[in-house]
Amino acid sequence: MDDWPAIADIAGRVQKGELKAVDLMKHSFDMIARTKEFEAIISVPEARAMARAKEIDAKVAKGGKVGRLAGVPFVAKDNFLTFGGKTTAASHMLENFEAPYQATAVNKLEIEGAICVAKANLDAWAHGSSTENSDFFVTKNPYDKTRVPGGSSGGSATSVALKIAPFATGTDTGSSVRLPAAFCNVVGLKPTYGAVSRSGVVAMASSLDVIGSLAGTVEDAALVFDVMAGTDELDSTTIERDPKGYDIQSATFDLRGSKIGVIKEYMGPEVEETVKKQINGAIKQLAEAGAQISEVSIPSLPFSLAVYYIICPAEVSSNLARYDGQRYGLSASDAKELEDSYNLSRERGFGAEAKRRIMIGSHVLSSGYYDAYYKKAQTVRTKLINEYEAVFKNVDFLVGPVSPTPPFKIGARAKDPLQMYLSDLLMVGSNITGVPSISVPAGFSNDLPVGLQIIAPMRADRQLLSFAKAFEGLSK
Amino acid sequence: MADYIPTIGVETHVQLKTKTKLFAAVGNDARLAPPNTLISHICVGMPGALPVLNRGAVELASRAAFALNTKPQKFSRFERKHYFYPDLPKGYQITQLEDSIIKGGWVEITLDGKAKRINIERANLEEDAGKNIHPEGADYTLVDLNRAGTPLLEIVSRPDINSAVEAKTYARELWLLMKYADVTDGDLYHGHVRFDVNVSVSKEVGKLGTRTETKNLNSFRSVEAAIDYEIKRQTELLERGGKVILETRGWDEAKQKTTSQRGKEEAEDYRYMPEPDVPPLELDEDFDKEIEKQMPVLPIEIRAQLLGIGFIKGEIETLLDDPDLAKSYISETLGIGPPAAVKLFGSTLIHDAKIREAFRAMNKQMKKDMVRNSMVAANASVANQINSSQYTNYIHQIAFSNKKAKDLLMDQISDEAEIEKIVAKVLSDNPKAAEDVKKGEMKAIGFLVGQVMVKSKGQANPQMAQQLIKKQLGLVG
Repeated sequence: MDDWPAIADIAGRVQKGELKAVDLMKHSFDMIARTKEFEAIISVPEARAMARAKEIDAKVAKGGKVGRLAGVPFVAKDNFLTFGGKTTAASHMLENFEAPYQATAVNKLEIEGAICVAKANLDAWAHGSSTENSDFFVTKNPYDKTRVPGGSSGGSATSVALKIAPFATGTDTGSSVRLPAAFCNVVGLKPTYGAVSRSGVVAMASSLDVIGSLAGTVEDAALVFDVMAGTDELDSTTIERDPKGYDIQSATFDLRGSKIGVIKEYMGPEVEETVKKQINGAIKQLAEAGAQISEVSIPSLPFSLAVYYIICPAEVSSNLARYDGQRYGLSASDAKELEDSYNLSRERGFGAEAKRRIMIGSHVLSSGYYDAYYKKAQTVRTKLINEYEAVFKNVDFLVGPVSPTPPFKIGARAKDPLQMYLSDLLMVGSNITGVPSISVPAGFSNDLPVGLQIIAPMRADRQLLSFAKAFEGLSK
Repeated sequence: MADYIPTIGVETHVQLKTKTKLFAAVGNDARLAPPNTLISHICVGMPGALPVLNRGAVELASRAAFALNTKPQKFSRFERKHYFYPDLPKGYQITQLEDSIIKGGWVEITLDGKAKRINIERANLEEDAGKNIHPEGADYTLVDLNRAGTPLLEIVSRPDINSAVEAKTYARELWLLMKYADVTDGDLYHGHVRFDVNVSVSKEVGKLGTRTETKNLNSFRSVEAAIDYEIKRQTELLERGGKVILETRGWDEAKQKTTSQRGKEEAEDYRYMPEPDVPPLELDEDFDKEIEKQMPVLPIEIRAQLLGIGFIKGEIETLLDDPDLAKSYISETLGIGPPAAVKLFGSTLIHDAKIREAFRAMNKQMKKDMVRNSMVAANASVANQINSSQYTNYIHQIAFSNKKAKDLLMDQISDEAEIEKIVAKVLSDNPKAAEDVKKGEMKAIGFLVGQVMVKSKGQANPQMAQQLIKKQLGLVG
């Protein structure tokens, strides 16, 4: 597998005419064909990609200026609405759905000349941590085909690891960018909540959903994020960009004197020793580079998974209500009455995990249970936000493992949803509170990748990326 | 029958006259649009579509707050209300629950000369659903989503109402307030304002009976009739020893009765949840001041103004019922002429359908011209320079022949010269009567005026004729 050059280099060479966008497309399609056994890809919008590549090459030939991602192929998680093919969310419900509009994030990437070459597999509706919940097929870990690539952006992370494209888009509601990034040894960024528009991305849990990027390096992940970020009139929860932007190609970060907190609750008995060893190694590297390391505590963190599995299914049950078989998507044509049409369409269109979350969500929102579950979860959510704010008064960044374990075997947790949910234990805190986090490769344990999770205060995405780049420099 | 006390609360859905929908930049006036032409990915509930709050709707709801004698809440937020229905594309309606945009306020109604305050519990800003159409004889239903996402203000009164006529008066007064505050187009025929009435009866003061809710009433008359029917039905039921069931009822306009639709026991659990896609709405003092500045003149002030220039109550209410007419009348005429002339022109608008419709159809400049010219005629009329049929005749010429009052008054002068000739002729033809008048026999003058009227084929003004007779006989200067 040949490494892709840095994204900025690719675009620069396309602008100079040294690389043809059309050839880059062909290379990506070739890689897709050669890595089929990993089942990372659901569909390939080949015709549209080639047409866009030709346009860019023609523009360059005429001496025109092309964007800063000109001709750069990318893989979109298949819950991003895109033109040129289907958008399925890896669900039977949307198996034949063709989007009438595109996600804002995709539009922004396209404006800078990036070209979508493939739609990546995911856990259906992004419900899961292994990509085993895809209604279509299971994606395999690029380092060990018997293991999962993590989820739900498993196809995206695998695509980047397999060099199908230099970057991929992902969504992170509880772990879904960071976990597969860690399991596939790539960089996965979950920015601050609201940094990237969610418009045109199939909603999972609206108050937790964040659009992120996966790439081979922190710099590339940052550049992609820089292009996607910013307020959008189609998403009222979007926030202003950092005035300096998020492109950190020329940014430097001095680790000396930076204050790093190691989260006590993230280094408990749930975390496997092999993982701890790698993470402690990474912390030692940081200390040697001059960072001040201290142990910090976020007392309510052990409740975060419980909070997450109330708020998330509640919003999932609501967001999936629109898939009723009446206007688009799977519709039971044999239904005799309206009620049948609803029941049969949803019965056939949703898999077991979606149904489980719809039931849990409907239950916690139902009258008589709302206060005991949903309202209480929101109270703890507020408490967690306060505790994060308090801890960030003393440290600049928090570090810990991404996952308590290395990539697990396919099928090992599929039958036990609670065991599967534990995979997200160390990550959901960032979604509940909205703070930015990144997963950066931190070496291997028994030939399986381990990721270091770095967490920063709200809106400190640029600092987070600069720091992550500095760490990345240490571990290379 | 023993005395039962009715207790009534009214929920009113007012469609806001925004250009676009509550959460989508799509046209809002579905009255003339073919089905499913005013829709976007947001209205259809496409995957990934997010609601974006329309500031215009917030402003109109805030105007409604001022019209209800309160202010919009500093903090309000939206909730999702879940149920499945083909006209509800997202599987939930975005509405409000605890943190409504309006809490409190009141509407003052006057009935038989007595004022009463009907308090407002709250008003929710929410989106409307689409429309299901069941073609006759067909085994399918058509869905039109043009209306899906149209902004509504759901105004919930407290149960302060105790009779059907009170409820009807409240419904009309609320409609007037929303119309005059420019919150709604208020087209009742197109369901821009719809009423749900909660009715219960009880013998004991302070203890409420079981209520029923009759939904989707779209006229003041049906509000009154439905409540009258419910009071009678519930009273008779209780008198027979029966029990009123908590239920939703519908109004059968043809049969003039309410019918059971579904029991509240089977009512769905709506699983309300805070709407995560729309941040909470925070309004500050500056916003309130801005809205207050925009507030148009409301009915209470209009009533006072019209009473002040001599209208009687019945006329005022008739004029108020036609808000567009009343608004242009007030903005174009008040202060433009002496009150009596302004009043006369107002009465013409109220009573003369042809003039009213002509005036309504005019643009602003035409209305201004019409009023300026009509004022001249009205002044002449109240000064008895022209008679009422002449006044009417002039107004019609102004309205339909686009004649200027100046020209008409020129005609009036030539008329006067013409009548002087007729008077001279009548006096020379009737010397005896003329002599009698000179002697002070005032009965004779009536005869002469009559002769002038006959000769002028009714065109002369009797008072003017009398003046001219006296003048020619040297009785006045």
